[in-house]
Amino acid sequence: MKRALPIFTVLLVLLIAIAASNPYFLEPPGFLAFLKRAAPLAILAAGQYFVIVAGEFDLSVGSLVTVEVVVAARLIDGDDSATWPVLALLIVIGLLVGLANGVITTALAVPSFITTLGMMLILSGAVFLWTGGAPRGALSEGFRAFGREELGPIPWSVLILLVVGAVAILLMRADFGRTLIAAGDNRRAASLSGVRVHRATIFAFAISGLSAAIAGILLGGFAGVSAQIGQGLEFQAITAVVLGGVVLGGGRGSVVAAMAGALTLEALFTLLNLHGISGALEFTVQGVIIIAAVAVGAVRLPFRPGASISPPMLKTKETP
Amino acid sequence: MKRRRSAAAIVALTPAILFLGACTSDQPTGKAGGTASPSAQSKFFDQAEYEAQLAMRTKTPQGPADKPWEQMIDPKMVDTAKYKKNGPYHLCFSNAAVNNPWRQVGFKTMQAEVALHKEITKFTVLDAEGKDDKQISDIAELTGKGCDALIVSPNTTATLTPAVNGACPKVPVIVFDRGVQTECPVTFIKPIGGYAFGADGAEFLIEKVPAGGKILALRILPGVDVLETRWSAAQAAFAKSKLNVVGAEFTDGDAAKTKSIVSDYIQRHGKIDGIWMDAGATAVAAIEAFEDAGVPVPPFVGEDQQDFLKKWKDEKLTAVAPTYPTYQWRTPVIAALRILNGEQVPQDWNLPQPKVTEANLDTYLQPNMPPLHYALCGCDKMPGFPQKWGGK
Repeated sequence: MKRALPIFTVLLVLLIAIAASNPYFLEPPGFLAFLKRAAPLAILAAGQYFVIVAGEFDLSVGSLVTVEVVVAARLIDGDDSATWPVLALLIVIGLLVGLANGVITTALAVPSFITTLGMMLILSGAVFLWTGGAPRGALSEGFRAFGREELGPIPWSVLILLVVGAVAILLMRADFGRTLIAAGDNRRAASLSGVRVHRATIFAFAISGLSAAIAGILLGGFAGVSAQIGQGLEFQAITAVVLGGVVLGGGRGSVVAAMAGALTLEALFTLLNLHGISGALEFTVQGVIIIAAVAVGAVRLPFRPGASISPPMLKTKETP
Repeated sequence: MKRRRSAAAIVALTPAILFLGACTSDQPTGKAGGTASPSAQSKFFDQAEYEAQLAMRTKTPQGPADKPWEQMIDPKMVDTAKYKKNGPYHLCFSNAAVNNPWRQVGFKTMQAEVALHKEITKFTVLDAEGKDDKQISDIAELTGKGCDALIVSPNTTATLTPAVNGACPKVPVIVFDRGVQTECPVTFIKPIGGYAFGADGAEFLIEKVPAGGKILALRILPGVDVLETRWSAAQAAFAKSKLNVVGAEFTDGDAAKTKSIVSDYIQRHGKIDGIWMDAGATAVAAIEAFEDAGVPVPPFVGEDQQDFLKKWKDEKLTAVAPTYPTYQWRTPVIAALRILNGEQVPQDWNLPQPKVTEANLDTYLQPNMPPLHYALCGCDKMPGFPQKWGGK
């Protein structure tokens, strides 16, 4: 939890800044609307966290989100009775794509950057081929409820976000979490000490695929069908995770901080919008964050006595 | 380990930049989006063209009223006798892209038009996939393929001009949709244009929204001439009105982003009294932002996509849909055949650009068509309709 402190401070500052220019933000409906909007990205960030902490990348989640939404619209075609079977299918698609990423990365030893970049291109090409750029069909009211409606005062997406967060924390506290961190920190050492690195990595990719499925369900519900819905989400998710202090390359960082990173990123976008700064700047902001976060992470490395399994040679570095 | 991390970060960042670059724009403006200043005209604004377009809106077009794709406004006919030759014909088409629903519907309509004419025995199409460089080589390739006429839908105006200039001496060239900066094509086909589109929407809001009302303008992205003209005409109209444009935001054509932006504005201003859009693809998402906030949907400017028309009808909205009709994709094929037949064609073939209003909404609403289908395709009576266009 200590590790997540800096990002929560940044988040708090941003939330206060938003509230200063928009007092409605402090009222429960205003804040819940913000959480509702941030939920898909926070869920994607949670999924991405598992992959990144294991020392890998998942660039395919954005186009996977698009696939989920486009497939859902085509299969449901406005028919409410198809909602639940299609939801189940979407979850399966997410898991399968994640599994494929994981197996290719581990068993075939293709670097995950290439595996998931390839998967991203395959999926976006497939969507384009299938839809010809204009998705068909429509989502049912029942499907859209998850991203659009509330249970009492709380939006469904916020409830789903809480559940995802809880499950993610439990997973990281279980043996699986420790295995994953060990694998990300030093793959060879972990492997030599009997950790099943491949199995853990495949599982992490499957979780990321699953998170893309859930994010797709929420995003499609929130905004409706579009062939561009997932565009750029993989970078937002990676930015969020990095912003949460999770180290690219693996081995360190907490899932709560990664999700807080997503909320922070979303808060930053909201703040930019509130002050009339063009949305085109979002890419620039993300770029600066990724570089700055990694640079700061590298500089602070020697101050981290908590990271006990870091290679000892890095600890001998003098403080700058 | 350290090296690996920073390398990873750089690689993670690179595609984000590529994505940015992928939005083709003719002349990216340095002007950030942000809050609108209605008095400032962008450098895309051309006063003479603006006035010409606004005037064209009320002129009666020549040609058959039931076939607007054959109609023309203010035609200055040019002689084509030197291109006359006997069929059968080989038509060629260099397409900028098929990367959005508008171009999808248009291209299907063009293919159906080609199928109507037995004298066209070959139709060669090269898709530039939204890349200027590919289209330049596409055009060069097509001029060497024995085409009897070459149709070009340029990806961007300035960059494609030399390529079109190079093709003109070898084959009669027909340009449509976006223009090029040369007079060498035999004919340039387009609907009235962006100024008329933008003004149609703005004038509707000025009429429907009470004085002092807050208007939010939603734009896709800056720097594309066909979109800049729409916005500058709207700005000109709003500047003369008593309406208050509280913001002009870029949505990237993204539904979720559109919905978030509109929700933010509703929160910030308490009430938004009208929405102007430079393209209607995300109109439904913008409407939902009002529904989800539990406030009435104000007067809206959308486009002729079926999902918007359906929402308009179902929720009894106060709305208007200016159009950039997809039936313009039929005209280049017709023009090519006229040219090859030695018939006169207008140098600037201005097609009528109707708008969908309360009065004619039912004519254009087609519940059997997909949500992103454009109503003004002029394809309703073509063979294979509606299945070929994804309808039921």
